[in-house]
Amino acid sequence: MSEANVQTVADMQTAGIPVLKLEHLTMQFGGVIAVNDFSMHIDQGEIVALIGPNGAGKTTAFNCVTSVYQPTGGRIYFKDQEIGSGRIHHTPDRITRMGIARTFQNIRLFSGMTVMDNVMTAMHLRRRSNLVTQMLHLNADEERKNREKAWKLLKTVGLTDVAEELATSLPYGKQRLLEIARALATDPSLLLLDEPAAGMNPQETAELGQFIVRIKNEFDLTVFMIEHHMNLVMDISDRIYVLDFGKPIANGTPEEVQQNPVVIAAYLGVDEE
Amino acid sequence: MKKKSKVPALITWIIIAAVYAGVFAAEQVLPATSMLFTVLKKGATYALVAVSMNLLNGFTGIFSLGQAGFMLIGAYVYGIFTIPVADRPVVYQYYDGGVIQFALPVVLALALAGLAAAFFAFLIGLPVLRLKSDYLAIATLGFAEIIRVIVQWNPMGPVTNGSNMLRLFPNFNDFNIRNAQGEVTVYLSTLIPFLISGVCIGLIVLLLNSGYGRALKSIRDDEIAAEAMGINLAHHKRLAFCISSFFAGIGGAMLAMYQTTVQAKFFTTAMTYEILLIVVIGGVGSVTGSVFSSFLFVAASEWWLRFLDEKQMIGSFEVPLLRNGFRLVVFSVIIMVVVLFFRRGIMGTKELPDLFRKKRKEEAEK
Repeated sequence: MSEANVQTVADMQTAGIPVLKLEHLTMQFGGVIAVNDFSMHIDQGEIVALIGPNGAGKTTAFNCVTSVYQPTGGRIYFKDQEIGSGRIHHTPDRITRMGIARTFQNIRLFSGMTVMDNVMTAMHLRRRSNLVTQMLHLNADEERKNREKAWKLLKTVGLTDVAEELATSLPYGKQRLLEIARALATDPSLLLLDEPAAGMNPQETAELGQFIVRIKNEFDLTVFMIEHHMNLVMDISDRIYVLDFGKPIANGTPEEVQQNPVVIAAYLGVDEE
Repeated sequence: MKKKSKVPALITWIIIAAVYAGVFAAEQVLPATSMLFTVLKKGATYALVAVSMNLLNGFTGIFSLGQAGFMLIGAYVYGIFTIPVADRPVVYQYYDGGVIQFALPVVLALALAGLAAAFFAFLIGLPVLRLKSDYLAIATLGFAEIIRVIVQWNPMGPVTNGSNMLRLFPNFNDFNIRNAQGEVTVYLSTLIPFLISGVCIGLIVLLLNSGYGRALKSIRDDEIAAEAMGINLAHHKRLAFCISSFFAGIGGAMLAMYQTTVQAKFFTTAMTYEILLIVVIGGVGSVTGSVFSSFLFVAASEWWLRFLDEKQMIGSFEVPLLRNGFRLVVFSVIIMVVVLFFRRGIMGTKELPDLFRKKRKEEAEK
């Protein structure tokens, strides 16, 4: 393949505006540089994975995208809008309102609430009613529609039979699914999954992979995920970025990354003769 | 979708209706001086304040100790605006009758009491709600102390009557319906506080069951997740703080009506602790628990445990330790027992309808 050809393929891929684009993202905590000059982009409809050894800065990158942290350097674009940089910083709830939803590595469900209410809570941001109409329950129509939508989402993740149980009474795997359902309830266009398969067995992991592809198509999503289960990553991702000690060391299709000697070295350690 | 059973809600409504009917009937039959009515009036007042505190501490997860301060604002606003113009020279004798020379209807003054408390809550909320847990508690506690001093400040006298008491404003007894001879025909002095409290607590319950209620509970459960789900923390916390203070203000106005006088020095930190105690005993996160335990608390402190403060003789044997103030010792022990062994309080996070729901579920399983 000639160099010109490669250029055209790359152009075609980025023809539309990327859903998410990081430009030289850097996040420094005191003397520690958690993410160092990380540039990437995700196009509409892609599933992109971010991998790397523990402490590589993956979750920090997520936290920058969702505005939990304000990056110390670089820029973050969502569609055509700059959402985070040294001069622009929103509260995380605004980022969610723009259409970026996330799940958490260490599950963060609303523990005192039922499964149903967990999902319903995530619809609060799209409310049309105000405090008074809600208090006097004049928004029965909206409430009913939300309940139906929540029910549909619970059906998608297969949790309708436990809808009225406390969220924390669910087994681990189901709590992860509930987190995804709750994220979907915010009507996102970009879904960030932070280790969705953590603590799942191989069978469950394989099912989760199919599930992620299914919701991506069903809800017209773009998916950005952090994951350690290599089978899952290789199965469903379109492209992969690799971080090591905060630095991007490789990116490409699963095949390319798998054979990249730098990646292998980072994961297995370099053989010192 | 499963339909929720309507029976528990129905039973709850029947119980509430029965309580109101019982209060009304008792008032017509029993002598007006009965201790029961003192307990019921003060209990209804404290119930509202306790629920308003629970809205913050139990449902939103904001640990605030400013309740007495907001009650004070409510009580003063109510008192200041309802003293009949004719009585003002007597009340404000050191301040030439005060500067305010009009009186508002009771309902309007009640609403104003709530609004004034909410307004102050909004102002202090701006800096204070940025603080977390203990720091927020200390800051709100400080506010309550400051407001108590400011109200008694002499230059404020023409409005607040300084450190002198406000009195002669309409109280609960003025709701009794009298005939031409001035004899009471229908007693309403206990039913009215029950109605005011009932309406206010009803509004809080409606709020808690709405989408906003879910948003507040999600903040309590996990702030980070709540924010990630698009809930604006600052906005919702401020909202909860203002609404809680609004009802604390109305509660303060009711306390003024109950006591028939208002004096700043009664709204001490100890009052906030009493209410906190009620909330903890009832169950942090349960409206029913707060209501129930406030009556229990008031009955115990005003009535059932009074004997602890006096010398008691059994035959010729004088019971040791019993003297003025011993009641408070017993209370402290009760608090310790509750905190150590019944940490979830009487109700935990359950509400009245849940009690019947659970029973029915168990029956179904049999």
